[in-house]
Amino acid sequence: MEAANQPAASVARAINIESIHRGDKVNLADEKICLEVKDFDLYYGDKQALHGINMTIPKNRVTAFIGPSGCGKSTLLRCFNRMNDLIDSVRVDGEMLLDGVDLNTASVNVADLRRQVGMVFQKPNPFPKSIYENVAYGLRLQGVNDRLTLDKVVEKSLKGAALWDEVKDRLHESAMGMSGGQQQRLVIARAIAIEPEVLLLDEPASALDPLSTLKIEELIYELKDKYTIVIVTHNMQQAARVSDYTAFMYMGELIEFGATDELFTNPTKKQTEDYITGRYG
Amino acid sequence: MSNKSFSSWMKSGSPWVWLNAGAVSISLVMVVGLLLLIAVRGLSHFWPADLMSVSYIEPGKEAVTLIGEKIDKEEVTAQQLNRVGVELPAGQASAERILLKVGNRDYFGLDFRWINQPWMGEVTYPQALLSIERREWGHFYGRLLSVKQQGEIVVSGEDAYQELQLRLKRSNKLVSEIKALEKGEIGKINAGLEELRLEKRKLELKHVAQGSLQFAEITASEKVLDLSYKDLQKKLADLYAALNRDQMMVVMSDGREVEIPFAKVVEVYQPNAMNLLEKFGVYFHELWKFVSGDPREANTEGGVFPAIFGTVMMVMIMAVLVTPFGVVAAVYLKEYATQGPVIRLIRIAVNNLAGVPSIVYGVFGLGFFVYFLGGSIDELFFQASLPSPTFGTPGLMWASLTLAILTVPVVIVATEEGLSRIPRAIREGSLALGATKAETLWRTVLPMAAPAMMTGLILAVARAAGEVAPLMMVGVVKLAPALAVDNIAPYLHLDRQFMHLGFHIYDVGFQSPNVEAARPLVYATALLLVMIIIVLNLAAISIRNRLRENFKASEN
Repeated sequence: MEAANQPAASVARAINIESIHRGDKVNLADEKICLEVKDFDLYYGDKQALHGINMTIPKNRVTAFIGPSGCGKSTLLRCFNRMNDLIDSVRVDGEMLLDGVDLNTASVNVADLRRQVGMVFQKPNPFPKSIYENVAYGLRLQGVNDRLTLDKVVEKSLKGAALWDEVKDRLHESAMGMSGGQQQRLVIARAIAIEPEVLLLDEPASALDPLSTLKIEELIYELKDKYTIVIVTHNMQQAARVSDYTAFMYMGELIEFGATDELFTNPTKKQTEDYITGRYG
Repeated sequence: MSNKSFSSWMKSGSPWVWLNAGAVSISLVMVVGLLLLIAVRGLSHFWPADLMSVSYIEPGKEAVTLIGEKIDKEEVTAQQLNRVGVELPAGQASAERILLKVGNRDYFGLDFRWINQPWMGEVTYPQALLSIERREWGHFYGRLLSVKQQGEIVVSGEDAYQELQLRLKRSNKLVSEIKALEKGEIGKINAGLEELRLEKRKLELKHVAQGSLQFAEITASEKVLDLSYKDLQKKLADLYAALNRDQMMVVMSDGREVEIPFAKVVEVYQPNAMNLLEKFGVYFHELWKFVSGDPREANTEGGVFPAIFGTVMMVMIMAVLVTPFGVVAAVYLKEYATQGPVIRLIRIAVNNLAGVPSIVYGVFGLGFFVYFLGGSIDELFFQASLPSPTFGTPGLMWASLTLAILTVPVVIVATEEGLSRIPRAIREGSLALGATKAETLWRTVLPMAAPAMMTGLILAVARAAGEVAPLMMVGVVKLAPALAVDNIAPYLHLDRQFMHLGFHIYDVGFQSPNVEAARPLVYATALLLVMIIIVLNLAAISIRNRLRENFKASEN
């Protein structure tokens, strides 16, 4: 209640942004654009879930989507690699450009798109195969079966996902025997093995313990040199910690989008401020 | 007080636990009892029981000596005995009567006889009594007099039995040589001749001139085969002559002396002279003969190997056919078809298909597979051998196909169930790596659904192995002349008719001329059928469990 009167101070109390934010000093105008969303609508049957979204996602940065449950942030995320195609009743309107090409045109091959835009889900979902085969899965799909190439890529990807040291002696054991945090990092290794441009993370740490969460966050920080990362999270501290840009969504609309330290310390919209200070959501 | 405790006992739920436990134990007792019954009745048949010699005096007739195996006994009331003319001493309400297997069916007419205890005289178990298993007419019981060669007595008296065993070994070896020759080389020549005949017929159908080179070639190769056939015939005649060299002279219980050629004898024992260890030896030998031998004498003697072979073959071919078919159907229904009223209707139809009486499938198999499909195949590919059908007649393939149709709903339902249990996250994980739907299915979903498919297959096998009624219409016969696998190309003959344990039970039990002799075989065969089904199931279950191990963690 008190917070409403003194916005800046209360936000700072809620999330001590200066002390936890590790993103770089950024300015949206200077960034290279990776994904561009223009007047994007999405309908589940008759129900509209996304309303006129307009945003640009900068290259090699971490962009976080925050917002209350059901606000459409996961739905939007799943549009970037057309995961929503799996749901029969979904219909979209407007443009969504990856490097200037509209994703939703008929000429775009969905499988190719998903190779460029990798995704990691909320719950770790390794395949019931060996650790090695999990990482090699994407390459095998592309017809790569050469042992040496696979070995190299598996090692590189596991190192990239900060998992190599833990599993190098049991690469051929089942992935189902790993801990949840390890499994999630394996899934990330699996995704980066095919070298996508963009990595979509759908609440990647929500099913993990704090220590594993920390590891995932460190990993995200390291990965952004090579990949454009979009992360959906419920955890505002997490968004503040890992992201360079943050988008706040509410009821299917994009309320505010900007540099993370700006958005958390000095939100321009009342709804954003209410949300990050814990008024609702 | 007690009323209250009763109601609280009701409330505690333990009556239901007792009810459930009771139901389970009744089921268990029934299953174990059933297995025990068929095991005891079936397995005791092979025991070389002692031969009793008994003097038997029916009133108004002369005393006779009976030799035989005690098979069964029962208590008969005085009233019943009175009706057949037996007077029991006053005060005795009932007496025993004994079922004696007296053998020698060709001389006595009947080889089983009920004898009434009150008319029985002294019972002895002389060591010298012989139990002779013959190739025809069942067992022979009697005493050995002498062993003959070409009609001349070679040995008689004490040493005759040892000589008999030696010569029996020789004759049995000759018999198996003859069998190998007839089934192997002569069978091959016959197949070759039949092939040539068909080739000739093909030429005729093509209107090739009779005098042409092709006909001459065929005639030439026919001659070659004929010559080698004549050679074999001579060899065979020699073997038969050698086989018919020896005879044994035996005396029956009524004193008649009979000559039995060695060629007609399988096995000779002196059960009364054997100790327990020897009896066990004979027991397992007989058991092995039952499992591995061919049937004789309208299936009432000998083994059931062709029936075991036919059953297992049919089930395996059925499994090979039904699995891909059911899995493909389930994948389409679950993964590709648009879920709607039509698919719901199809699903209901599939489920109901499992409830159609099996004989209906038999009729369908006969009409569609045998007459229509088989007939068409014959017309297209086996024109030359018409009018005698090749595939247009009941056979192994049609039986397997019919049972595959019968069991396919089970596989479909189980596979669909398995597919719907694969977590969505796994599919999405695969799709997100750039896999198409088909790749996701093939690389991830189907392997994970494999245990469910195996469950379907287990149920299918369990049902198919026990099914008899439809098979009678599409390929099972009382006695198949040849197995479906042999040494004549193409080695696997799916067009052949086959024997089946289930049908064998029915045939031996109800169509047999000699009910008493066949009864133990019915139990033994039933036991065998149950055991084969158990083995098939255990094999499938162990495969499924191994598959399940791999996916254990991902299922929850």
